Amino acid sequence: MTGYRIKQAVRNGRKLIVADPRKIELTNYADIWLRHRPGTDIALINGLAHVILRDNLWDVEFVCERCEGFAEWSEVVEGYHPKRVEEITGVKAELIEEAAHLFSQAERASIVYAMGITQHTSGTQNVLSLANLAILTGNVGKEGAGVYPLRGQNNVQGACDMGCLPNYYPGYQLVDALESRHKFTQFWGTDLPDKPGLTLPEMMDAAYSGEIKALYIMGENPVLADPDANHVVKALKNLDFLVVQDIFLTETAELAEVVLPAVSFAEKVGTFTNTERRIQRVRKAITLRGNTQSDWETLVALANKMGHNWVYPRGPEEIMEEIARCTPSYGGINYDRLETRGLQWPCPTSDHPGTPYLHRDTFSRGKGKFHGVHHIPAAEEPDEDYPLLLTTGRNLYQFHTGSMSRRSKLERMRPEELMMMHPDTAKDYRIKDGDYVQVESRRGEVKTKTQVTDHIPPGMVFLTFHYKETPTNRLTNSARDPVCNIPELKVCAVKVKKVMN
Amino acid sequence: MVSITINGNQYSVPADYSILKAAEENGINIPTLCYEEGLTITGSCRMCVVEVKGVRKLLASCATPVTEGMEVQTESERVISARRDILRLLIANHDLRCLTCERNGDCRLQDYCYRYKVEDTPYKGDKKHYPIDTDNHFFIRDYSKCIKCGKCVSICAEVNGAHVYDFMERGFDTKVTSAFDDTLQETTCTACGMCVNVCPVGALVEKSVLWEGRPWEVKKVTTTCSYCGVGCQLKLKVKDDRIIGVTADKSGSNLGHLCAKGQFGWEYVHSQDRLTDPLIKRNGVFEKASWEEALTYVAHRLQGILQERGGQAFAGLSSAKCTNEENYLFQKFMRTVLHTNNVDHCARL
Ligand code: SF4
Ligand code: SF4
Repeated sequence: MTGYRIKQAVRNGRKLIVADPRKIELTNYADIWLRHRPGTDIALINGLAHVILRDNLWDVEFVCERCEGFAEWSEVVEGYHPKRVEEITGVKAELIEEAAHLFSQAERASIVYAMGITQHTSGTQNVLSLANLAILTGNVGKEGAGVYPLRGQNNVQGACDMGCLPNYYPGYQLVDALESRHKFTQFWGTDLPDKPGLTLPEMMDAAYSGEIKALYIMGENPVLADPDANHVVKALKNLDFLVVQDIFLTETAELAEVVLPAVSFAEKVGTFTNTERRIQRVRKAITLRGNTQSDWETLVALANKMGHNWVYPRGPEEIMEEIARCTPSYGGINYDRLETRGLQWPCPTSDHPGTPYLHRDTFSRGKGKFHGVHHIPAAEEPDEDYPLLLTTGRNLYQFHTGSMSRRSKLERMRPEELMMMHPDTAKDYRIKDGDYVQVESRRGEVKTKTQVTDHIPPGMVFLTFHYKETPTNRLTNSARDPVCNIPELKVCAVKVKKVMN
Repeated sequence: MVSITINGNQYSVPADYSILKAAEENGINIPTLCYEEGLTITGSCRMCVVEVKGVRKLLASCATPVTEGMEVQTESERVISARRDILRLLIANHDLRCLTCERNGDCRLQDYCYRYKVEDTPYKGDKKHYPIDTDNHFFIRDYSKCIKCGKCVSICAEVNGAHVYDFMERGFDTKVTSAFDDTLQETTCTACGMCVNVCPVGALVEKSVLWEGRPWEVKKVTTTCSYCGVGCQLKLKVKDDRIIGVTADKSGSNLGHLCAKGQFGWEYVHSQDRLTDPLIKRNGVFEKASWEEALTYVAHRLQGILQERGGQAFAGLSSAKCTNEENYLFQKFMRTVLHTNNVDHCARL
């Protein structure tokens, strides 16, 4: 959908810069295509900022009035002159100059990114450098500008908002701040742990080492979705107790001791929050299948079995009322108000119209801060033993681990994995289009069919993680960003060899 | 704002409105075939013509901007007779198998013939008969029912960018088709189905609805797509407690536009692989259990570990596929029942 809108904008005469190592549909529409090496985003972005500063194309007024940290940051960027950036990223210096000029001349410029930026050991830094670029050019807090992270799953935004994070209660209220812990202790009427918990990759490590004894999984499939899958399987097998709620017997559910059947979106009532922070209704279209029940009913029943007293006779609508009472940004949300178009949070009160864009007059931290960040090489780069760079992603017709999309007609569009490989690389390996290969990394191996295409540059291969027959995450590196723990799914080193099918 | 008169009543409307839009917003329906909000206006079907005082020709209301003091008649005798003529021409070259048409009862051509009492056509002659293209996985193309409104051509080019369709030949032989008349598999089609959703007649029809039920028997439920974070609004078509298809809903930010996943990715809901009962693994094999049994079992196991090890021995992964309400209860469960902050989900993947 975002792709449609970008293409429509280009047809209406807007300019487009695409930064992607892969040739994607949008590169056909781009005025400038920056084909940088995976894992060199910071260098590229700093290079753009360098040119914008050098040529005095930045928004002086915006930076002076609304930002801080400029001086220190500009010293960092100083070192990223286009020639040096060319060496790191492989993008021609002239093209960097051109892109910097095009970007800074726009009256309103948007930056749209997704996992390509975040799934690196430098993920947080990558995002910060994009934010630097946006504030440097005053592209924040007005319609049609800003930085847009795209959410992959339908309710990632909502799951974060609801506090399914180790360090936050609902509405990003910190678990280790006395005030918010006190508030929730009172609100829920029970003592609460005071230290932030473990993130998903840390949980897997803790399960592996035996610190975590029991894991409760609601609707996730880490065996296919998480990096270094062999490690994940060992971790899950090492648990005393694994319970999984899902609509299918996924690869993860198969390892469980108890599996509780859940319901699909068509059988339930509730809300999802999309990437625009818009809270929208999910309506029940069909009755329950078999002997299933909604996840919320299961949780309520289980809490009560364990001695608590959870009562929501009016169901999800009543749960939302409780959310509104303890989550300031959802304070004005109720089902009646969501009937037609949904509402964008922050929406603190029942007469508040919602907030279409953030940071209009101030940033949430007051001033916008420049963060000086340096290029950090990926944790694992190709070498003699593993000479190819593997990057991972998705295709249009499949979704995530495929448990839904592969059970629909979409499967016929792309029924199997096709590893992309550049014709030159393929020639070196004597691989033809349609050949089967074995791909191996330091962590595991998979088999896949090959597609020879110039959509990716020489020396690199591309795989998705949709297919259980080719569980790509056996290969990927679980090295993580030190701040937010996102794994480096976009870069690791592999070798390939041709095999018979 | 300008003030205009429509059918004798005065209205004040924004100056950049077309007559069609001004009428629509004031509750006056003008029939259209080729007009679709957001797409290039072609004014080619002429169905929306109106009479404007002082102008001799009838004007296409979709393509005519309002002007101060304009006086418009939307259902004058001249207008009606022009619309009748268009309809007569259309049905002269239309495969009128209404009896079994999937759009029977939900078809603009039928609706307007009824509205303007067009029962037959004086224009008798050749009718075009094209073989029905059933080759693609998702929808059929029956061009003997195509009225050449061109909406599929525009939406595919202007919204998707796939440029699959175009008009071929001229006059009576005009046909909408894909490049080289290829089946869609061989084109740049991305199976978004938007062409199907804008077709006003029975020329483009989802395969999944064929022979499943008449339009009036199908319940449409507006909901949010279950795939990606864009959160497109769509309508599920439900018959006899089963989903049979999806159609556009214009209330959301997606303006009725969808991608292949939202449009055609719903069949997993009815997959034979759906879990139907709680399962407990005993001696390495799953056995079906009742909810009571399974929940008691889980509670007992969790309780045991809690007593022995405390909250730090637990971790929970919730789902970006579940609702806000479920995610809220999940973290509440982890924090208040199992006493741990070890709760996360797949935002990082
Ligand atoms: S399904 Fe989408 S891409 Fe394919 S022809 Fe129709 S509008 Fe074009
Ligand atoms: S229809 Fe496509 S773009 Fe829209 S929410 Fe669903 S998956 Fe995302």
